[in-house]
Amino acid sequence: MKANNTVIKVCMGTGGIAAGGSEVIDAFRTELNTAGIAATVEKNCLMHKVGCRGLCAKDVLVDVIINKEKTTYQYIKPEMVSRIVKEHIIENNPVIDWAVGDDYHNFHKKQLKVVLSDCGSIDPEDIDAYINGKGYEAARKVLTTLKPEEAIEEIKASGLRGRGGAGFPTGVKWEVARKQNSKQKYIICNADEGDPGAFMDRSVIEGNPHAVIEGMIIGAYAIGSDKGYVYIRAEYPLAVERLRKALSDAKTKGFLGKDILGTKFSFDIKVKLGAGAFVCGEETALIASIEGQRGMPRAKPPFPVYSGLWGQPTVINNVETFANVPYIIRNGAKWFSSFGTEKSKGTKVFALTGKIKNSGLIEVPMGIPLREIIYDIGGGIEGGKLLKAVQTGGPSGGCIPADMLDTPVDFESLAKAGSIVGSGGMVVLDEDNCMVNMAQYFLQFTQMESCGKCVPCRIGTKRLLEILDRITKGKGKEGDIELLEKLSADIKAASLCGLGQTAPNPILSTIKYFRNEYEAHLKGKCPAAVCKELLTYYILEEFCKGCGACLRACPSKAITGEKKKLHKIDPAVCIKCGACFDVCKFKAVKKE
Amino acid sequence: MIKLTINGKTIEVAEGTTVLDAAKMLNIEIPTLCHHPKLTPFGGCRLCIVEVKGVPRPLTSCTTPVSEGMEVTTSTPALEGLRKTVLELILSDHPNDCMVCEKAGDCTLQELAYFYGIRENRFGGERRIYGKKDGNPFIERDMEKCILCGRCVKVCDEVQGVGAIDFAYRGFKSKICPTFEKDLDCEFCGQCVAVCPTGALTGKMWQLRGRQKDIKEIDTTCSYCGTGCNLTLHVRQNEVVRVTSKEDTWNEGWLCVKGRFGYSFINSPDRLKKPLIKRNGKFEEASWNEALDYISAKLREIKEKHGPDSIAGLSSARCTNEENYLFQKFMRTGIGTNNVDHCARL
Ligand SMILES: Cc1cc2nc3c(=O)[nH]c(=O)nc-3n(C[C@H](O)[C@H](O)[C@H](O)COP(=O)(O)O)c2cc1C
Ligand code: SF4
Ligand code: SF4
Repeated sequence: MKANNTVIKVCMGTGGIAAGGSEVIDAFRTELNTAGIAATVEKNCLMHKVGCRGLCAKDVLVDVIINKEKTTYQYIKPEMVSRIVKEHIIENNPVIDWAVGDDYHNFHKKQLKVVLSDCGSIDPEDIDAYINGKGYEAARKVLTTLKPEEAIEEIKASGLRGRGGAGFPTGVKWEVARKQNSKQKYIICNADEGDPGAFMDRSVIEGNPHAVIEGMIIGAYAIGSDKGYVYIRAEYPLAVERLRKALSDAKTKGFLGKDILGTKFSFDIKVKLGAGAFVCGEETALIASIEGQRGMPRAKPPFPVYSGLWGQPTVINNVETFANVPYIIRNGAKWFSSFGTEKSKGTKVFALTGKIKNSGLIEVPMGIPLREIIYDIGGGIEGGKLLKAVQTGGPSGGCIPADMLDTPVDFESLAKAGSIVGSGGMVVLDEDNCMVNMAQYFLQFTQMESCGKCVPCRIGTKRLLEILDRITKGKGKEGDIELLEKLSADIKAASLCGLGQTAPNPILSTIKYFRNEYEAHLKGKCPAAVCKELLTYYILEEFCKGCGACLRACPSKAITGEKKKLHKIDPAVCIKCGACFDVCKFKAVKKE
Repeated sequence: MIKLTINGKTIEVAEGTTVLDAAKMLNIEIPTLCHHPKLTPFGGCRLCIVEVKGVPRPLTSCTTPVSEGMEVTTSTPALEGLRKTVLELILSDHPNDCMVCEKAGDCTLQELAYFYGIRENRFGGERRIYGKKDGNPFIERDMEKCILCGRCVKVCDEVQGVGAIDFAYRGFKSKICPTFEKDLDCEFCGQCVAVCPTGALTGKMWQLRGRQKDIKEIDTTCSYCGTGCNLTLHVRQNEVVRVTSKEDTWNEGWLCVKGRFGYSFINSPDRLKKPLIKRNGKFEEASWNEALDYISAKLREIKEKHGPDSIAGLSSARCTNEENYLFQKFMRTGIGTNNVDHCARL
């Protein structure tokens, strides 16, 4: 074995750790020890943790690289490590049957990684790993060779737009802040990420925190700020830990603090933990929260760039927005704007989930057709089911029906289709998903997370939810769909902040594309057989073998029948739990 | 100065003026619930929304500062439709028991429901229920009637500097409450009661003593201290049933616990209404003349026997400046001593 050319990378994102990443690392240590090559391990064989590379379902993912030949292993458990060490590392014979397959490679093929380019390959806790890959070169270039205005020009020319939801041009925001005549300005990184199912920003901070810090340094220099905050939710302990370590390392290396890189520019970043309220991701609520008040939005104008934290000009950008900045400076605005569409430049990170084969974290060029994401990257729908729709933008977004799958994924096209890019949630829905139920799910979330300040959002979303509740329970009334539409329109028009203004979107877009499902519910049927109150379970005579499995599984003793004879469900006793449906091997139980 | 038009009328106002205030100057009425002229704008009730030319969505006039050339419209079918929705939503989460509510006849919500003719409500559903009553001695907190306008929170923080209450919880469950939802335990100045636009906050002593109808309002000055806040006594059948203060007074309508709630002495049977003179170890009622003669005779006697400096006078912070001035004058020239002092020096 030539250990000096060996690198072992173990995925230690939250997904990797949950699947047992730490134990796998320990197992490698022990096995290398036992194999008697421990002494050389630390010196010549580099083993380190890496952040998430997207396909968490296959964790623990391990790369073994010998003389630049990389083999990636999937589903690695500690007990599998000894074989890898023996056969691959010692005998140089990769354990092919544990290596990832085509789906892993296809998952990455159509992706384009800018923000995530270092995630999953460098050790996020090692600042030198970032620096060795040209990290902090962009900050050095900006601070030592560019005027603030020139840095802003570069970002403007790149066409970078905010990745936090609204897609506001980042360079323009910085320019306005630059022009404010104020002694104190602030720059804030929004890492609140409260949408259900979204984990893009967490993965970026866990996988490459220095890119975010470097982006903030460049932003601060551009607008003329010496104080920054990262507002991050406390439910992200690993991200917080890595961010704190990265900040302290950056300070030790002189990238933060007084007179950075020998210039007259000083800048420091504080971490502020959020208590986990979705609304605190809204910029004015976020500012209130940093100031120690209840996180409630306030009316704009004035916008934070004019009057933000403590009344001073403040730039707030999303994690992914900042993480793009060093790569833009390093490779040039032209390079960045060569990706994407005319108005949506660069790439976007999405959290691809739902009824899809390869769920995970992906980064794609703006404008990629939705179809390519679903079928080429995502590997298509699970279990050979029919795709129904793709929900984008989380609770503020809407859905794109299956027949619009050629919609390009960019700010303009998704908005035109009645949805949004949003922060990057992407949930794939198949024929087994009920659209009314889906709208109800998101409304439950927004209602619970409404800050309570304004009437249309606080009470209006509650009423929307109640109407949806009764529709899914078969108690809907004629006119309910129209009432939903009217109230939704009023809430959108009259609410104070983006939360209320977008909360009805899941309802409006499902009514737009799936009105028939709403109508079916009013007639007492849930076409996808999801809404419990509208279901009846019964047993098909031609399939029932009389095995009694359902009878034993039923918790409410609703099933009767003798052995080897047809079984029956008493609808009056049935509580519609679905236990019989799940347990029947002969598909004799039906629900509709 | 900034020039703008509201409903086609042009006006020039100082920079920083809100659209709502500019409209007021033009005598244009815009409905509000959460707005209070003495508190920072909130923008929560959404009733004061207006259309501004070139802005795609309605803006709350209470939070929007005027800008040059702005063209504002305060009433359109769309705006009135939104206002009606907002009111119906509020009322869908309100007890609507105006029949027995303390605040009926003096309630902004009731007034708006009247003007918008809200008889039918398109929205029904769950209503917030509060089982627990606040056990404090002064302020009745009927939070089912609270519309979360935030005025009480602001007055407590911005005017009184106490911060006894705040918003808690989220969504439909949001509420205003003291820390950990304990009973209110504060200065009981009652400013929150004064600014509450609904029947959510009222005085405990006011309950069932008479609403605004048939009340005679009598303006007077508080006798508790030399500050001399302006009071308005609400009198029904010759009995003071409530004390408030008007916004256009020098104390701007703000009062303390004594001025607002300390009026039960007026009708107390223990209250001294006539002078008493102690004779043979027992207090006996006397006329004012009799009492004054008695005092002056006694003072003269002491002064003649022991000299004026054997007498000292102590006056009170409850007196006005003028009364205190007269008192020292009396001590110096009437009695002839400089032995005069004031309780507020202690
Ligand atoms: C209810 C609500 C929640 C939001 N949550 C987030 C969030 O978690 N992260 C984020 O970056 N932006 C969030 N935003 C958007 C921010 O208000 C703001 O526009 C954004 O941080 C600006 O950064 P960008 O220009 O880089 O996108 C939210 C907005 C609303 C209305
Ligand atoms: S829209 Fe909802 S979250 Fe936003 S201020 Fe109003 S109540 Fe709060
Ligand atoms: S108690 Fe009254 S003043 Fe306070 S928020 Fe409720 S309605 Fe407004």
